Amino acid sequence: MAEHREGAGQTGQLSEHGHPAKEIHQLDRVVIRFAGDSGDGMQLTGDRFTSETAQLGNDISTLPNFPAEIRAPAGTLPGVSSFQVAFADYDILTPGDAPNVLVAMNPAALKANIADLPKGGTIIVNTDEFTKRNLAKVGYDANPLEDDSLAGWDVHKVGLTSMTVGALAELPVSKKDAERAKNMFALGLLSWLYSRPHESTMAFLERKFAARPELVAANKAAFNAGWNFGETTEGFAVRYEVPPAQMAPGNYRNITGNAALALGLVAAGVKAKLPVLLGAYPITPASDILHELSKHKKLGVTTVQAEDEIAAIGVALGAAYGGALGITTTSGPGVALKSETISLAVALELPLVIVDVQRAGPSTGLPTKTEQADLNMALYGRHGEAPVAVVAAQSPVDCFHAAIEACRIALKYRTPVILLSDGYVANGSEPWLLPEISELPDLQVEYATGPNGEDGKFYPYLRDPETMARPWAVPGTPGLEHRIGGLEKADKTGDISYDPANHDFMVRTRAARIEAIDVPDVEVEDPSGEAKVLVLGWGSTYGPIGAASRALRQRGVNVAQAHLRHLNPLPKNLGEVLASYDKVVIPEMNLGQLANVIRARFLIDVVAYNQVRGLPFTSTQLETMLEEVIKNV
Amino acid sequence: MSNALPVQLSAKDFKSDQEVRWCPGCGDYAILAAMQTFLPELGIPRERTVFVSGIGCSSRFPYYLNTYGMHSIHGRAPAIATGLSVSRPDLTVWVVTGDGDALSIGGNHLIHALRRNVNIKILLFNNKIYGLTKGQYSPTSEIGKITKSTPTGSSDAPFNPISLALGAEASFVARTIDSDRKHLQSVLRQAAEHQGSAFVEIYQNCNIFNDGAFEVLKDPETRDAYLIRLEHGQPITFGKDGSHVVTHPAGSFGLAVSEADKVDAGEVLTHDAHAEDPAYAFALSRLAGPDLRHTPVGVFRSVRRPSYDELVRNQLDAAKAKAGEPEADLAALLNSGDTWTIL
Repeated sequence: MAEHREGAGQTGQLSEHGHPAKEIHQLDRVVIRFAGDSGDGMQLTGDRFTSETAQLGNDISTLPNFPAEIRAPAGTLPGVSSFQVAFADYDILTPGDAPNVLVAMNPAALKANIADLPKGGTIIVNTDEFTKRNLAKVGYDANPLEDDSLAGWDVHKVGLTSMTVGALAELPVSKKDAERAKNMFALGLLSWLYSRPHESTMAFLERKFAARPELVAANKAAFNAGWNFGETTEGFAVRYEVPPAQMAPGNYRNITGNAALALGLVAAGVKAKLPVLLGAYPITPASDILHELSKHKKLGVTTVQAEDEIAAIGVALGAAYGGALGITTTSGPGVALKSETISLAVALELPLVIVDVQRAGPSTGLPTKTEQADLNMALYGRHGEAPVAVVAAQSPVDCFHAAIEACRIALKYRTPVILLSDGYVANGSEPWLLPEISELPDLQVEYATGPNGEDGKFYPYLRDPETMARPWAVPGTPGLEHRIGGLEKADKTGDISYDPANHDFMVRTRAARIEAIDVPDVEVEDPSGEAKVLVLGWGSTYGPIGAASRALRQRGVNVAQAHLRHLNPLPKNLGEVLASYDKVVIPEMNLGQLANVIRARFLIDVVAYNQVRGLPFTSTQLETMLEEVIKNV
Repeated sequence: MSNALPVQLSAKDFKSDQEVRWCPGCGDYAILAAMQTFLPELGIPRERTVFVSGIGCSSRFPYYLNTYGMHSIHGRAPAIATGLSVSRPDLTVWVVTGDGDALSIGGNHLIHALRRNVNIKILLFNNKIYGLTKGQYSPTSEIGKITKSTPTGSSDAPFNPISLALGAEASFVARTIDSDRKHLQSVLRQAAEHQGSAFVEIYQNCNIFNDGAFEVLKDPETRDAYLIRLEHGQPITFGKDGSHVVTHPAGSFGLAVSEADKVDAGEVLTHDAHAEDPAYAFALSRLAGPDLRHTPVGVFRSVRRPSYDELVRNQLDAAKAKAGEPEADLAALLNSGDTWTIL
């Protein structure tokens, strides 16, 4: 890694434990991947390391990667779960293309991840798991720790399990519980190696095992044993520091995209002064939004775990009809099932937010892997002419703001809005500069309270001249009793109408009112002002595209970057922006869905760069690709 | 929203300005008229009454009532009504559905609304046929039914809607007939008063595609022998001058019909709609054969258990009791967990 450069070391002091203090090297950026069996607690270990790192003030980006199976057979390749964390003394946009350090808890974790670790990188490996049986399980003929197959890497062979069990020998815990604490030993070792503060982990262990004090003691002891092992063993000659990043002043917390999205929905309810009702059916990778929202009844959030995806959106729509902020959260297969109800919401012209945390498809596809291939479905996946607004989140923190924006559009324009997230931003995390509530947009809208016609009657489909929204006349309002439904409605009255001219008018009106939604102009980032190539993205590709663009600029290569939050309607200035570049490149984790929209809409032959591997782009691959395009312009 | 003072309304107040477009002679007219004359006696303001329907002939019902209403999509009315009911406890929410809408495409939503005991009143107009799509067999059509889509007879066995509702843990289950306004209104009244889901099957004649499906229950020549009127706390007798009774033979899981003079008075079953064990109501629901002989009408089961709405509301209220100013609570929420400060 170009960014993994070492600064001047400090040597010579004695540590607090009396051992000769180790040399400390300064790094500006480190990427660590914790990998182990699904049951090894790697997600938790990664989370804790991230939290410690956040406390230190580094910028952070994380990427968990876990199997769809809850517990695949122990020790097998499908059972490997990993968590990658990048941290730096400057602001970073991605969790890193490749790790500098791989923590491998078993042979499967080593085998599944070694290809991603550049030569020269560090491997910390749990030797206790490298038994004949475990090696055979993953197809190692020989023990890679005992031959030269790991030559070129800096390998630290550590008996993580046995040392943990040894360290806990005096404590009143079972051998099984002692073995399970090995992830804390690994965390302690890594925390020592990268000079992380350990207080938050100690506090966390006290919270997590509050009901079982013996486990608090055991896990703390394992952590400390790992820390002390680093300090005393000769195997680790050098310790590292990554100084804090320059970050804007304020309060921060580390947040995943799913948590940020859920909090955005809560915030939208507060800023709209409306109760929030979520209808949801559990689905990976969206379920965490349901889990999070179910905790916030105090803030007026009701969650209904419905019998299926269709019921989930039905419940949300019923609540919206009653005047609530109706939300449904799901992933691609769920959106497919909700399609008919979204069309009904288009006809009813009620506010509704549909969150699609995209995963790799078609069908069940790769449920825990990321993709952006639901854009076509979001834009077009309904019967009849049924346009809806589409908004996409570009980073974990941005999920908060994108959720508020989706709710703003839904409420103000009385329309279904599809909010696209994906597995990458949903499960990834980054530090969040916590916003002031007063700075969040005011989302209040008015219910209809009386007749709106000049003749003193109520017209359910008489529109606001500015927003083209119809009145939100909720049941319970005296004098506004009316009937709505999926049958085509007459303009203004909302009565059933089979009149051809009326249908033509209503179809065009529904299209026009979505097209007329006020969305901000797209902004272009081009510090040089001289770029000839524009790279256009949407959603979670923001991080890798941004990192690639920066890397190019650092090398004197000009590139302009623009990122779309609004996929429907598109920003009004987009055509003009696109036309001002010689070439437009669109990287997407699909086979060119936005590229096709842009081609059709603006008649620009964009360069589509596509990948559907269930993994985000690396910034390096985008950098290489963009440089090639720029060279040929 | 509005206060709950009883209001004096008449049937006319509940008629919308829309032209009713069912086929002349359809049983739906009778049900609509019964509903329009029944609603005023509830004393609930029009604006707090909502009818939600799915798709099918019966689902046009909301258009003809001057209340709030939504004509939604096929089978989904119970789900939409659930969202409305749980978020708006001040409303009275009715679902109007048919045998295809509720039992075929929407079967899942029906059973889950019933098991949750959502505070909605579900009226299932059962005409044993698909009307709006012009005459295919439905999930309540008898096996062997010859229709446009089954020219040599259908091969699938029908649902018994009452048995199904009981199996789905429904707390209120009743059956009535379109042509008997008095009985229909009496059942609607009990359904409206029930806290939780009320399921009412209404036998409804489709005079175009399945005419006379329930004729034996209406024809003065046959109805006494075919129809059993259930009254809570009353012995279950039927037939001319109480000629027949329902008993529970020892050693049997089911119920039986006997001639009144062949059994002791003590053996005649007394109807208990409030029996906790649904097995009794289920046994009642199995009395009738495919020929409709021994069809009970009335309230099969009416028991009190907490509604979904109440349980959800209780949790919300408990949480809200601890709430402060919303923006302050939101700020506290965002700032919770492991936070740090950059100066």
